[in-house]
Amino acid sequence: MNTVIDAHQVSKTFNPTTIPILAVNNVHLHLERGEFTALVGPSGSGKTTLLNLLGGLDKPDKGSIFINGVDITKLSPNALIDFRLNNIGFVFQSFNLIPVLTARENVELIMQLQHKDRREINERVETLFREIGLEDKLDTRPAQLSGGQQQRVAVARALASKPQFVLADEPTANLDSKSATNLLDIMAKLNQEENITFIFSTHDVRVIERARRVITLVDGQIHSDTAKVSTEVPHTAQKRTP
Amino acid sequence: MWLLKLAWKNMWRNRNRTAITIAAVFFSVILSILTNSLQDGIFDNLIKNVVSFYNGYIQVHKQGYWDEQILDNTFEGTSALEDSILALENVNALAPRLESFALASSDTLTKGCLVIGISPEKENSITELKNKLKEGEYLNEQDFGALIAEGLAKRLKLYLHDTLVIIGQGYHGAMAVGKYPIKGILKFGSPDLNDQMLYLSLPAAQELYGAPKMLTSYVVGLENPSNLDPTAEILRDKLGNEYEAMTWEEMMPEVVQHIRTDKGSLVIIQGVLYMLIGFGIIGTLLMMMVERKYEMGMLVAIGMKKRKLMQLMLIESVFTVLSGCILGMLASIPIVFYLNRYPIKFKGELAEVYEEFGFEAIFPTSTNPEIFLTQGLFVICMALLLSLYPIVKIARLDPVAAMKK
Ligand SMILES: Nc1ncnc2c1ncn2[C@@H]1O[C@H](COP(=O)(O)OP(=O)(O)O)[C@@H](O)[C@H]1O
Ligand SMILES: [Mg+2]
Repeated sequence: MNTVIDAHQVSKTFNPTTIPILAVNNVHLHLERGEFTALVGPSGSGKTTLLNLLGGLDKPDKGSIFINGVDITKLSPNALIDFRLNNIGFVFQSFNLIPVLTARENVELIMQLQHKDRREINERVETLFREIGLEDKLDTRPAQLSGGQQQRVAVARALASKPQFVLADEPTANLDSKSATNLLDIMAKLNQEENITFIFSTHDVRVIERARRVITLVDGQIHSDTAKVSTEVPHTAQKRTP
Repeated sequence: MWLLKLAWKNMWRNRNRTAITIAAVFFSVILSILTNSLQDGIFDNLIKNVVSFYNGYIQVHKQGYWDEQILDNTFEGTSALEDSILALENVNALAPRLESFALASSDTLTKGCLVIGISPEKENSITELKNKLKEGEYLNEQDFGALIAEGLAKRLKLYLHDTLVIIGQGYHGAMAVGKYPIKGILKFGSPDLNDQMLYLSLPAAQELYGAPKMLTSYVVGLENPSNLDPTAEILRDKLGNEYEAMTWEEMMPEVVQHIRTDKGSLVIIQGVLYMLIGFGIIGTLLMMMVERKYEMGMLVAIGMKKRKLMQLMLIESVFTVLSGCILGMLASIPIVFYLNRYPIKFKGELAEVYEEFGFEAIFPTSTNPEIFLTQGLFVICMALLLSLYPIVKIARLDPVAAMKK
């Protein structure tokens, strides 16, 4: 077994004192290394909230979340930031990059935070930009990149720290369909060739098609959790047992 | 090291944002240096006026002269007395005077005037009388000509090289009459002085008043005017009861009062100025925080410790504040020096108020380097203190909330 995420009975309520909103309701979730999982559901169903909880950006009111065996709900704020740095890669919906930094500097930043040495950083940047197909955009600032290119750089940055998994909240929401497909191709390739674990939220049907496991949220609860059987899938995603 | 580089990139590559902050500090520094140097300059000038126009920093008289300014209250000027005063620390010049009110006449007109017998060179070393010479020549030590103030000359309808008659009461009630060619015409900024001053050489005045060797006062020049009171104290000790040593503050209490009132109102202006500066800097900081909130939220989300982020902001603040401040200090140097050489002049009613006190209504700046340093430092401290606001914001930053659109 190679468990990356193990979440038990996770709940999160917003505005508990005024008009409470139960954004995530008693969620159990188990994610294995190498999964390529989509979190789907209508707007307001709790996808972002759940991803924020899994990424340690927010604390649940109830339940525990183990990442690679560590209960992140028990970590101090500072320890949690360090944990995120070394274990979780983030791709947000948009504006992922620091505007004043070039594509390369944006990716380097995360490794500088990890105190990696210059040689290692250079090697990794080279590899990552080759993988996302933007070797020629190394010294370009985000404003000069297309939306799709920016998201690819964001994926490179998410991977730079060699995280346990990459968490992406609607990474294609602001992209045209060609760029969206291209981004998904790159993510899928990284998943298959490098065994990188991805969990991403989306409501784009073409993106859902590419996922090998689809978890559907409705009103903060897991409504369905289906693994698509495919010959090329190296790991079997399990159906959640209540 | 990479943090320094990151700070540099943040500042250099977002030049507009950086320029706005630098400009806020830059203008703050200039403004506060300028107001302060004007303030100091005005008061320095006021005091300099008092001193150089007439009274000097300290005067030595016979005990009781100031209360009853008559020729009978004179003392004998001896070189032994002069030497003993000049020997004191902080005393760098001494000018003997014999002065008394009298009437000055031309052929047809008579006006009251103040006749002052002086030792021309010594007088010049303290009150720079030579600079006030508008026409003609300055007196020499044994001169029997007169220097007359422009206003008085006009009122008497007298011109250079005309002859003037002085009539008055001399020493021990004797009659004092003399005839003097006008050797030079003096122009004073103060209308008071301009309308009544008449200078003779000391021997001429002593002869006129029938008081050989007698003096009404010694005007004492100081090396360091800020040591006014201690020097007066030492003088009193040295001279004993026979003489009185008075500072300009004692001789002109109304001027001291005037300065005090003015300084009080300037404190308020200063306070308002600093508040304006504070708001200016806060405004740019607020703008910057709004602009960078998302970015900061994201940095914390992907794993940048808040302490690191605070350091980054602090480095940026220190850099921008320091450069704004240094630029402001440099830029204010020529402005301050220009306004020192070509001072602001008041005209109209305001000028009259000043002139009533006997001062020129000009407002030069002070070029005291201390002002540049203290005001520069003050703005630096204020700006850095205000930069703590973003730091506090970062401490409270919630990445999820910060990244919400
Ligand atoms: N910070 C918040 N404060 C209050 N309510 C929130 C907050 N964030 C999300 N919600 C609410 O929680 C629910 C789930 O939101 P979200 O997780 O953003 O859904 P999704 O990403 O699937 O659209 C929604 O009803 C939303 O209004
Ligand atoms: Mg969402």
